[in-house]
Amino acid sequence: MQQDALFEYLLRLGDNTLVLGHRVSEWCGHAPALEEDIALANVALDLIGQTQLWLGLAGEVEGTGRSADYLAMLRDVWDFRNVLLVEQPNGDFGQTIMRQFLFDLWHVLVLDALQASSNTQVAEIAEKALKEARYHLERSSDTVIGLGDGTVESHDRMQAALDLLWPYIGEFFEPDAIDLAAQENGVGPDLSRLEAAYREQLDRVLKQACLTAPTDFFAHKGGKTGFRHSEHLGHLLTQMQWLQRAYPGASW
Amino acid sequence: MVDALPSVDTIWEWLECVPDPEIPVVSVVDIGVVRDVAREGGKTIVSITPTYSGCPATSVISFEIEKELRSRGLQDFELRRKLSPAWTSDWISQAALAKLEAYGIAPPSAAGGPSRCPRCQSQDLERISQFGSTPCKAQWRCRACLEPFDYFKCI
Ligand SMILES: [Zn+2]
Repeated sequence: MQQDALFEYLLRLGDNTLVLGHRVSEWCGHAPALEEDIALANVALDLIGQTQLWLGLAGEVEGTGRSADYLAMLRDVWDFRNVLLVEQPNGDFGQTIMRQFLFDLWHVLVLDALQASSNTQVAEIAEKALKEARYHLERSSDTVIGLGDGTVESHDRMQAALDLLWPYIGEFFEPDAIDLAAQENGVGPDLSRLEAAYREQLDRVLKQACLTAPTDFFAHKGGKTGFRHSEHLGHLLTQMQWLQRAYPGASW
Repeated sequence: MVDALPSVDTIWEWLECVPDPEIPVVSVVDIGVVRDVAREGGKTIVSITPTYSGCPATSVISFEIEKELRSRGLQDFELRRKLSPAWTSDWISQAALAKLEAYGIAPPSAAGGPSRCPRCQSQDLERISQFGSTPCKAQWRCRACLEPFDYFKCI
């Protein structure tokens, strides 16, 4: 795989976990129960840890000396390659959990496939991250079921969250030149095959959660290509990056 | 005077003296994060695997290992991160499992939850949270003695 295409591919993996990890960490100290607060902070920590591995490798592949920290803290919004789903605001707790579930389901499938990557370093990071992602999925799917099949109030909120986030699923599976290059070189998986597995597992959980999947298949796109992020990412970055922007090179 | 290089076995013994920064009753060897000690010429290579990707203890562990080896007079060594095979709680030594329990942390169990309360041994338990005070632990409670306790996640 061409070096620049591999770099882009790794940015996607690292930016997804970085942006979602930051989003989830916004709950720290604000979750509806202490146990949930701890759980969300731990999920965020795993995701940030995975980010260090992906962006660390991206920096190595790029070969210009940019570190994981540099890539995370000093790139601008148009250089980010995360899918639009992960930059969406937290909303209420139900919306956060629904976003997490929709991501975790994809994350487990993609990491599982990446374990067989022709790139050994990619395969090793995937093997490590998969164990954590499986644990996240267990929790987020259980919570989606618990809240969806809960009270009228919790059910309605979960349905609203699903309706809101539904148009962001499609971007995962819409292959572009980078995805196809990864697939051709055995670095990344065939996204259409992943989608079939995703939709099947999604249906199963939604049924248990007494939630109805929208029938519209319109998909928002532009996150992973960096073509058009939503307005939310810029706001997130001003908070996440302010220290390095205000005090360049600061460390402890 | 000739300084003989310490044997690989001796280095393993030294590493057994380095406590886990978050669970000091067990060593970094007990917990399974030291994967290998090898020689490349005169240089000693210590391979370390993180328990969880984001575990903040990982960098502390590397620092403590480096400090220990230097204090023993070893100069020429390198710590290498090893991601694969990924760390599993199966690598925690038998002796360490007992130490964890004595310390109040229920050891990992393939059943997906603790087998008994580390304080009163009751099997009447409930899960409070899938996560706990560190990435490697979950929160459980004993219904008999009513005490909450940490459970070392099985991964
Ligand atoms: Zn008890």
